[in-house]
Amino acid sequence: MSGGKPSVEQPASFVFTPEYLARAQRIIAKYPPGRQASAVLPLLDLAQRQHHNWLPRAAMDYVAGLLDMAPIRVYEVATFYSMFNLAPVGKWFLQVCTTTPCWLRGSDEVMAACERKLGIKGQQDASFLHSADGQFTVREVECLGACVNAPVIQVNDDFYEDLDGPLTEKLIDALRSGQVPPKGSMKGRQHSMPEGGRTSLTEFAAKTGAGED
Amino acid sequence: MLQDKDRIFTNLYADGDWGLKGAMARGDWDGTKDILAKGRDWIIKEIQDSGLRGRGGAGFPTGMKWSFMPKKSDGRPHYLVVNADESEPGTCKDREILRHDPHKLIEGCLIAGFAMGANAAYIYVRGEFYNEASHLELAVQQAYDAKLLGDDACGSGWKFDVFVHRGAGAYICGEETALIESLEGKKGQPRLKPPFPAGVGLYGCPTTVNNVESIAVAPTIIRRGAAWFAGIGRPKNSGTKLFCISGHVNKPCTVEEAMSIPLKELLEKHCGGVRGGWDNLLAVIPGGSSVPALPKSICDTVLMDFDALREHRSGLGTAAVIVMDKSTDIVKAIARLSRFYMHESCGQCTPCREGTGWLYRVMQRMVKGQAELSEIDMLEEVTRQIEGHTICALGDAAAWPVQGLIRNFRPHLEQRIRDYKAAITAQAAE
Repeated sequence: MSGGKPSVEQPASFVFTPEYLARAQRIIAKYPPGRQASAVLPLLDLAQRQHHNWLPRAAMDYVAGLLDMAPIRVYEVATFYSMFNLAPVGKWFLQVCTTTPCWLRGSDEVMAACERKLGIKGQQDASFLHSADGQFTVREVECLGACVNAPVIQVNDDFYEDLDGPLTEKLIDALRSGQVPPKGSMKGRQHSMPEGGRTSLTEFAAKTGAGED
Repeated sequence: MLQDKDRIFTNLYADGDWGLKGAMARGDWDGTKDILAKGRDWIIKEIQDSGLRGRGGAGFPTGMKWSFMPKKSDGRPHYLVVNADESEPGTCKDREILRHDPHKLIEGCLIAGFAMGANAAYIYVRGEFYNEASHLELAVQQAYDAKLLGDDACGSGWKFDVFVHRGAGAYICGEETALIESLEGKKGQPRLKPPFPAGVGLYGCPTTVNNVESIAVAPTIIRRGAAWFAGIGRPKNSGTKLFCISGHVNKPCTVEEAMSIPLKELLEKHCGGVRGGWDNLLAVIPGGSSVPALPKSICDTVLMDFDALREHRSGLGTAAVIVMDKSTDIVKAIARLSRFYMHESCGQCTPCREGTGWLYRVMQRMVKGQAELSEIDMLEEVTRQIEGHTICALGDAAAWPVQGLIRNFRPHLEQRIRDYKAAITAQAAE
């Protein structure tokens, strides 16, 4: 379930910037004294965010040092959880959900649209598929937990929902041109409400209009 | 049908502000101090009387779970851990609570935490829910700023902290002991029980792990009274429930309804019905990927609650309803779930680590029909070798969808095998 094979090319060293170090210290303070190892997931996440969305070995060693953990314990964690990318990914990291609820609503077409637009067909043996320009990385993932808005792609931190083939192509075009669409439903539907209008909470509809997400 | 006045999650669709101001306007944090003043035993009794059963899948009575925590501390702190690692395929209800009604969850943490003698709660949010966790963190900060949390939470004299912790992508961390391991900074591999978390949990301390929805409904139940909640749905299956309906309905959605609502009514009232009409229905997975799929004949009349679905050898699970119409290749749909469990097995127990791979490989052949008829029974036998032979329920969860397929849709498997053989024979004859 891990985030792929570790990159062959690794940076020699890694340290948090002062800003990230301050954030790391606030995270460590959430846990009781002596239990700082609890902060390993959030700190690895921070490290990945600072390092272009992938986690080099030097960052794992650095986090191990910060948390007074044996490096092997950190490697175990970094390779167990699927969200740690152990090798570089593109600026746009597309995680396409293909588990049954998304599949029933057409995730095959979403995947096919990604293959068409990004020229990644034929790399099927690898779990991370890279576009030729290196801007995009596509990964098929398991259930993202937005099933009533299926099919779904997670682009970096944001979910794009209610997709089909053409909407997926539109999303990729928009990302490529730097015009990031608003996250959420690509059909303009209000969150998880039935498309075309509510069947419950009618008295709340008129009060404030659609809320900010 | 449930009326709006009896709905708990009134900001389900983000019609209003999800922050503190909006939450207070919706009635959250109203008289929390007075609720705490009634004492631990009163709160637990009220939740027990309401008939609330855990909303994470197993349906264990929530009040009883809380009562398992030691009455007096032996010096070790007590912890409340909230399971927001929502990852069961089909399930996306806690997401709506986290991003649109986070204060219901935070107030619930205080009340539940107080009732079990805990001074801290950790909310473990699945890592992919970055935006949802951000809302929750901001809401927690609002609660601290308004002195609803902290050294003197709501002026009650009770110290209470809430911490948000993000996971990093692992379905298994939704299992309570794996979640605790993960929260301690380890791989999410389940622990043997006993000892149960109420005795030895997080950091070796008494701990209760509850689902988001179970905790978030608690304040409303207490404010409106146990009898109100118990009066909705059938006895022992009481209350309102968030249902997530995905797959082949005209309008998939998340909606709060009464427990024990007929499945057909749920789909027709809120989802625009099955694609192509009710007669086009093939199967429904009523409670998330782990529970067996039901054929249309059962769906015609079945009620959506713990006991009714159990009678049909399925389950309410997380109330994630996955609908499949007659265009569905149901063997492939279930095979995809087998792949999910193979991917998510933590690798600790051999029957699960090896068995989930076996299931997926045999299921792949079943999808093509490239098998002998006798292998259907062999596949069933493999599921029996996994089920009940592992530390946690992931092995069972991998076994049940395949068992459901064989039990309820065996003719589909047999037909596929015969078709494949016929095609091979025809090819050989050419």
